[in-house]
Amino acid sequence: MSENNQTIRLENLSIGYFGKKGKKEVARGISANLYAGELTCLIGPNGIGKSTLMRTICAFQQKLGGKILIEGRELSEYQDKELSKKIGVVLTHRPQIQNMSVEELVSLGRSPYTGFWGKLEKKDKKIVEEAISLIGIENLKDRMIQNLSDGERQKVMIAKAIAQQTPIICLDEPTAFLDFPSKIETMQLLQRLCRDKGKTIFLSTHDLELALQIADRIWLMQKVQDRNRSTWHSQSHNLDDGSNYFSQSHNSDDSSNNLSQSQNSDDSPIQNENSTAKLTIGTPEEVAKSGALSAFIERKGITFDSDQLRVKINR
Amino acid sequence: MFKKGGKLIFLAILIVVLLVVNLLLGSVKIPVADVLSILFGERSNEIFSNIILKSRLPQALVAIVAGAGLAVSGLQMQTVFRNPLAGPSVLGISNGASLGVAIIVLMSGSLAGISLSRMGYVGDAAISVAAIIGSLAVMALIVWVARKVKGNVTLLIIGVMIGYLVTAIVGVLKFFSAEEDIKAYVVWGLGSFARVSGDQMLLFTGMMLVLLPLSFLLVKTLNLMLLGDDYARNLGLNVSRARTLVILNSSVLVAIVTAYCGPIMFIGLAVPHLCRAIFKTSDHRILVPGTILTGAALALLCSLVARMPGFEGALPVNSVTALIGAPVIASVIFKRRKDDVRE
Repeated sequence: MSENNQTIRLENLSIGYFGKKGKKEVARGISANLYAGELTCLIGPNGIGKSTLMRTICAFQQKLGGKILIEGRELSEYQDKELSKKIGVVLTHRPQIQNMSVEELVSLGRSPYTGFWGKLEKKDKKIVEEAISLIGIENLKDRMIQNLSDGERQKVMIAKAIAQQTPIICLDEPTAFLDFPSKIETMQLLQRLCRDKGKTIFLSTHDLELALQIADRIWLMQKVQDRNRSTWHSQSHNLDDGSNYFSQSHNSDDSSNNLSQSQNSDDSPIQNENSTAKLTIGTPEEVAKSGALSAFIERKGITFDSDQLRVKINR
Repeated sequence: MFKKGGKLIFLAILIVVLLVVNLLLGSVKIPVADVLSILFGERSNEIFSNIILKSRLPQALVAIVAGAGLAVSGLQMQTVFRNPLAGPSVLGISNGASLGVAIIVLMSGSLAGISLSRMGYVGDAAISVAAIIGSLAVMALIVWVARKVKGNVTLLIIGVMIGYLVTAIVGVLKFFSAEEDIKAYVVWGLGSFARVSGDQMLLFTGMMLVLLPLSFLLVKTLNLMLLGDDYARNLGLNVSRARTLVILNSSVLVAIVTAYCGPIMFIGLAVPHLCRAIFKTSDHRILVPGTILTGAALALLCSLVARMPGFEGALPVNSVTALIGAPVIASVIFKRRKDDVRE
């Protein structure tokens, strides 16, 4: 993996909220990268801050500290219009629109490129058509959004993101509310987009086994547990091969951002006294081997097979 | 697209027909030939030309621009708040106008001892100015709040609360006012397309003809807002700025119409629904011109009914808009729901 493929880079990022009584930190010290042509899945328990991380990367909410570099440039330096040509999003919730056809909605993906009237040029129409056929929803083209099933609608929103022609696509739980075959179909579709189109795809999901089977890289976000702290340290060393790997790619990057490597590798991605959440990163196999997945999944009656990447229920 | 274009053309023709009928019908019978010759500059019959040029034509023109302005304003509010019950009056803008009018009408009597209702032209102009100041004051408040709060629902609730507050103040003012002044205020509150005359009519239509085209500049913004804040932002829209611009445009339209015609209910709420049913789209490139034309047509129709023989112009526009509008719109929407179920 060369640094040329690196599209998003997080450096010592803190995420959370600005409340009335100051900042409420959800996680801190996040240092990680996303790469072109890779499908990265963000997993973890409810309420840990997956959506917060996602929303921060999409510029929907402000970071509390650290850096987010999109193709080498700080996120906050992008104008709204520029950013809309870099990151496309697909959200969980269903947009409440009546009387808009699938084609019209996908066409809205061209908004960053069209004039004040939103009129599509010939080129835009072609791009919309290609997006629709790439996702394989030609048959839905003239259907109204309100008459689609959840799975169909999610495909339409992905087609919108394709029409937006962004190198990066972020999806917040795109497989929630879908029936099982649709979940798989959607994931396969996203994987294809990574392979064939070289997109950087970052998605959060609760479909753990599916993510483990299909993702190129897993970001596991979970609580720091004090009583397990010592265990975590040893496990983190185990993962350090992966982490070092990141550090090296940092090294080979332009060193314009004066970041201390050692500090980075300390912070990344684990161990912070005050942090409320931590991130374990690696290929599905690496994350499984690290034991972090077992710690997330296993409880009474549930075990995780880290060789098969399967969740077992003990009956 | 062509089908929708065809519907727009049909609406435009309908407006012309309604305009002609508005000129022809009234409590005084004027032959068609005379109406036409007066329109083409003939001034032989002083009385007839006065009725046509100083009463019927201004009234029809006022109805056209007022209807158009209220309708497009309602559409903008419904989209920006993603709420089908939103309308021009929902943020308290027209209540603001009422407050302005109430202050000047009710206070002038009890404090300065002059009754505006007896002052004719000067009084009318003062009322218009007061209404504009009142509604713009509320609008400024709303825009300020809009920049502070994030959620649309929060903003909507605050707007409704401001409306109640303003209404309450008007109530207090009424309590301390002379009966004669209260009557003048109530009459203003009934709404009328007939009050604006002469130079004021030119000023009013002129302002509206500048403001209405401005709403076309917000078409793409409104289309993106349909997707919700996050999707809109991701497609490059500065959501809070866009929201402020739409509220500003919508409020100024309502403020001016209310200043000249009184608070006219219903058109702003109902016409956008009617349009969505007619055009079966949520694309504002169609809906904005669509609501402008439908609003104008509906206002002309109401103005016509209000002047039907027997009513002698005495029927308040507000009653007519609801009497005609409510059943029409209810049936259209009812029919659309049934179509949806069949699909």
